[in-house]
Amino acid sequence: MQIEARSISKSFGDKKVLSGFSYVFRDGTVTAVMGASGCGKSTLISILMGTLQQDSGEVIHDAPIKKSAVFQENRLCENLTAAANIRLVTGKRYSEKELAEHFGAVGLQECLNKPVRELSGGMKRRVSLLRALLAEYDVLFLDEPFKGLDEATKSAVMEYTKNMTQGKTVIMVTHSKDECALLADDTITLEQL
Amino acid sequence: MKKRLFTLFSVIVWLLVWQICAAALNEKILLPSPITVAGRLAELVPQFDFIKSIGFTLGRILIGFFIGVTIGTALAALSGKVRFIRTLFAPLISAMKSIPVASFTILALIWVSSRNLSVLISVLIAIPIVYSNMLEGIDCLDPKLKTMAEVFEIPKSKRFVGIYLSQLLPYFRSASKLAMGLCWKSGVAAEVIGIPDGSIGERLYMSKMYLETEDLFAWTLVIILLSFLCEKLFMLLVGLIVRRIERM
Repeated sequence: MQIEARSISKSFGDKKVLSGFSYVFRDGTVTAVMGASGCGKSTLISILMGTLQQDSGEVIHDAPIKKSAVFQENRLCENLTAAANIRLVTGKRYSEKELAEHFGAVGLQECLNKPVRELSGGMKRRVSLLRALLAEYDVLFLDEPFKGLDEATKSAVMEYTKNMTQGKTVIMVTHSKDECALLADDTITLEQL
Repeated sequence: MKKRLFTLFSVIVWLLVWQICAAALNEKILLPSPITVAGRLAELVPQFDFIKSIGFTLGRILIGFFIGVTIGTALAALSGKVRFIRTLFAPLISAMKSIPVASFTILALIWVSSRNLSVLISVLIAIPIVYSNMLEGIDCLDPKLKTMAEVFEIPKSKRFVGIYLSQLLPYFRSASKLAMGLCWKSGVAAEVIGIPDGSIGERLYMSKMYLETEDLFAWTLVIILLSFLCEKLFMLLVGLIVRRIERM
């Protein structure tokens, strides 16, 4: 599913964050959005996702899209187990065994039935990423998905993400050139206004 | 296990303190010993009137508690959604929180028969506790989870259970625990004032009238035990629901 951003502008008060941004995010492609802090990467992804309204311009796609996302914050239900957080969006599409395999792939085998409130920050981030990757979607939005992961965990999780997103339309905000190199087909860099 | 042993040890220590004080005073009317009270309790338990009094008070306090919890929760949900309702009920809830049980009871005696006094008092005690706690929970609901649910197109019923109920149940749990204890305290206090026939409150009143202090202590122990059991059973039920929701 292709998404086109056409002349998108957005300001917060006097601060202009995006000005006439246009780009076609190609179908079946992982596009990385890079740029310095505060240049509007998260604003852009929120607008594309439909959770933030742009001041002007439009987001165009052929049909209604099924979205999945890793948000800037984890946005997990703290009182549910990690598995229940996944099932909340996937329903019963995955058996307990399949879920356990996915959890194992990102080093969370012990966390499946633990309430999220008992997990560390890095573990929560991985649950949030698993939820996004296992959900049914046309377009996947990733806002710094590997934030807070240590280097050893990060490379395993990135490898898993690469396998899970092959041939999918993905828009990913990142600061890291390594993440771009491994995962992205296209890269765009936003400039500070 | 270690914690349980420590609790048991604490109970034994306080029973010993009680026994020593009672032996030092050596005045049954002022302070009967735990052994005397246990003996009196053993005499009371097989009596039909004992069971009848427990049934009378237990039933009414539980009915009042459940009505209060239901109304408190429903009102909090409404107040969380409609600002006007919140403002409308704010002074009433504040008043309910600060009015002494004795004033409520005397007023309630004018409205209802003394037989149902403990129902009404339990309702009036439970409502503000549950209302305030649940409203606090509703105010603390994370709005970002709503956006998350919209992005993932989570069905409404699953949103209600997984997102809202899972966040509110801890508040419900602490509110109902507190309410249950206070319903027992206030419900029995109301019965002592209203003296409905066949209630635990009447038994307490009679013990005081005839200076049967061991009866007073025995009935007080029964109240503590009933309140404890009700709280534990209700918390067990809520705990089961919490675990069911946790694992969805």
